[in-house]
Amino acid sequence: MSVMMPKPSEAILSRRRAIVEALRQIVPGEGVVDAANEMAVFESDGLTAYRQLPLVVVLPSTVEQVAAVLKYCHGEDIPVVPRGSGTSLSGGALPLEDGVLLVLSKFNRVLEIDYDNRCAVVQPGVTNLGITHAVAGNGFYYAPDPSSQIACSIGGNVAENSGGVHCLKYGLTANNVLGIQFVTIEGEVMRLGGKHLDAEGYDLLGLMTGSEGLLGVVTEVTVRILQKPETARAVLIGFPTSEQAGECVASIIAKGIIPGGMEMMDRPAITAAEDFVHAGYPTDVEALLIVELDGPAAEVDHLLAEVEAIGNANGAVTCRVSQSEEERAAFWAGRKAAFPAVGRISPDYYCMDGTIPRKELPKVLAGMKAMSEKYGLRVANVFHAGDGNLHPLILYDANKEGELHRAEEFGNDILRLCVKVGGVLTGEHGVGVEKRDLMPEMFDEDDMKHQQRVKCAFDDKHLLNPGKVFPTLHRCAELGRMHVHKGQVAFPDLPRF
Amino acid sequence: MNSSARMTYASIEKSILRPETTEDIRDIVAAAVSAQEPLAVEGTGSKRGLGRPVQAARTLSLTKMSGVTLYEPEELVLSAKAGTPIAEIEALVDENNQRLEFEPMDYGPLHGLEAGQGTLGGVVACNLSGPRRLKQGAARDHILGVRAVSGRAEIFKSGGRVVKNVTGYDLSKGLTGSYGTLAVMSEITIKVLPKCETETTLVLRGLTDGEAAGAMAASMGSAAEVSAAAHLPAYVSSRVMDGELGNEAATAIRIDGFGPSVEARATHLGRALEKVGKLERLEPEASRRLWRDVRDVRPFVDGTDKPVWRLSVTPTRSHEIVMSLRMQAAIDAFYDWQGGLVWLRMEAGEPAADLVRETIRRFGGGHATLVRASESVRAATAVFQPQPGPLAGLSRRLKEQFDPAGVLNPGKMG
Repeated sequence: MSVMMPKPSEAILSRRRAIVEALRQIVPGEGVVDAANEMAVFESDGLTAYRQLPLVVVLPSTVEQVAAVLKYCHGEDIPVVPRGSGTSLSGGALPLEDGVLLVLSKFNRVLEIDYDNRCAVVQPGVTNLGITHAVAGNGFYYAPDPSSQIACSIGGNVAENSGGVHCLKYGLTANNVLGIQFVTIEGEVMRLGGKHLDAEGYDLLGLMTGSEGLLGVVTEVTVRILQKPETARAVLIGFPTSEQAGECVASIIAKGIIPGGMEMMDRPAITAAEDFVHAGYPTDVEALLIVELDGPAAEVDHLLAEVEAIGNANGAVTCRVSQSEEERAAFWAGRKAAFPAVGRISPDYYCMDGTIPRKELPKVLAGMKAMSEKYGLRVANVFHAGDGNLHPLILYDANKEGELHRAEEFGNDILRLCVKVGGVLTGEHGVGVEKRDLMPEMFDEDDMKHQQRVKCAFDDKHLLNPGKVFPTLHRCAELGRMHVHKGQVAFPDLPRF
Repeated sequence: MNSSARMTYASIEKSILRPETTEDIRDIVAAAVSAQEPLAVEGTGSKRGLGRPVQAARTLSLTKMSGVTLYEPEELVLSAKAGTPIAEIEALVDENNQRLEFEPMDYGPLHGLEAGQGTLGGVVACNLSGPRRLKQGAARDHILGVRAVSGRAEIFKSGGRVVKNVTGYDLSKGLTGSYGTLAVMSEITIKVLPKCETETTLVLRGLTDGEAAGAMAASMGSAAEVSAAAHLPAYVSSRVMDGELGNEAATAIRIDGFGPSVEARATHLGRALEKVGKLERLEPEASRRLWRDVRDVRPFVDGTDKPVWRLSVTPTRSHEIVMSLRMQAAIDAFYDWQGGLVWLRMEAGEPAADLVRETIRRFGGGHATLVRASESVRAATAVFQPQPGPLAGLSRRLKEQFDPAGVLNPGKMG
């Protein structure tokens, strides 16, 4: 592990037996797991390079139990790491040696579906796709669709503000959640929002969404559900250069068209995917766009013709419109299998997640090519072209001395370049432990202090998920000091009070 | 506005501070902290009538922090200083066939002011939205990044200029809707989107509130991708579009998008709605006028300061709330369903806050904000929905973290 975590507290480690017993009083039976072999499945999340056994695993099944566990940990100063399905790609659910791992997987029920108000109330352990399945019979679906949707939980989606391929048109998790119930580290159960819109005070729901488990533990979620579009069709467009593909994306948006999905793959990704699933992708192009249009049939037909024309005007060498639902699924099969496909051509790969202004794509791709040569590692690219979210996959072999380290350095350089061209460190995977130490690339000391002040309002003892997101933990007492005193600040051109 | 409100306004004008840079704002806040003298934070002051009256000797006005600093239509992004007139931004993006998708409403007319006076900072600080709220969100859903000065006299930024960004806490959302009580925003980056090619509105006539609720729920749950839905009961309907709709109750459903798509969806939905009642159809120009009037609460623009409430409630319960209130108080009401709202005017002049909020609580919950009332009524009433104890404690701690000296818009949110 190449990331420093907070030093475990000897005092907590030495009290382990008593802590386990106290937790058993709150969550009886098999809800408390403390045997090392049984805790092994929890030692990492989707970012498997980092592993750590927790102090103890607790699987509560009621909100009262969650509240009691948190209240107990708060009273005893024990860190708590919340976990949903453990699919985080940034180490957000990485356990702590001296911390309780609070697993919400038993909260797996859909509580209410209200079609007239177009919302569903679910427990946090319900999977993203599980929500869609619950409402699909009535022609509805839940819009955000992270690639891990078959496994990832909606509680985890709230914690990470998860995205997916349809964000440009349908928004991220933050835009699709109407309300939550959550428990504070002090064990207080709170409700934000509900079936109505917007908050009655500060937008605490907006702050909680994407807070990576550092502010509270989500125990119920009310999501917006949408009527499934009448139809969806996709078009595959191949280009001799990525610049032309980028121009095509810009022209589509300039025409006023917001596709449901717009994905780009570069040649290494196309080849790997085609060899793996035989989706019918052209393998002699440098860039491939999948543009999906959804909505009423009349609209989709009208816009498909426009998109084809725009593709041709931008130098497309191939252009294929899906003629059936099967063909549309085949177009996507290659893209959705891009990660495992790359997994076939390399023993290991490291998935990055920067976002850039779309127009900077050629510059960033050129930069990555140079880095690839510098580090002696291959890279394949899949790109949510509509919203500028880039997923470079760095190919390496963990068994070769130093390759993991080189891959990580390569990844860090990519993210630095993303920030330099006006983008950000993470578009949808979260900061977690993975990008924690890169935060200063994007934020200065005062920026991060203001973020941590939110943390202090929710959890002033820093007990929830410590060691994640922030490279330096400032004590809340220190953050609370005011640095402005009478006479110390000059304001020459302004009227003095 | 009554005369006492005007006198307060005049006294504020005398000590108005107009920073020109973010650093100026920081210095002013630092001075306010040193002197322990709070500031009223505002743009042009067009929304001064929203929230509780601020007791502050000085006003920090952002009118000189004006101008669009970045606009890249193909990237769907715009940055502007907080004091930039929203009308200027709307005109600029309109030239490029784009718009602010969240249709920010204009409180000016309701408060007896001219329309079109607000700033971008004000729109974000009040988290404004419009009849497209349910489908496309409010200001909170369209803000990408912000630069601001907290009550600690420190400059900070959050977010960025790209749509997909989960780097660090979303302080931009935290400041949206905080009415200038956490920080003074100096520059804001928002998402812009293509304008619809065309729009049309289907209008059902003569429905009761309950029938209208059913028709709107069915329309919004259909594949027609409705972008707005409102019900104007009899006589309220006569106070939009300069009376063109007549007195009969009007249930309006908007469909917008590309020409062929709008035609197909309107025809399809029209067939279903014909079975419900008498159906009319508005052409694009009339449709735009109707929705501007619904958005800006024109039915209650009456030159008075009779209390007006904005209720955010479960849509299908809204007519029950109105029916219950009608039996207990003299009210006038209409429904902006896709905004998730009921607008209420209290005819007797009393806000009846407890009655309104207790009724909401009984019918599915939500919250009520007193968006128009005389200054004295707003000083004596909980303008924003009071929060339960623990939640209020959390909000108070957030305020203390960002503005420990309490110099930014003290009392504005209650």
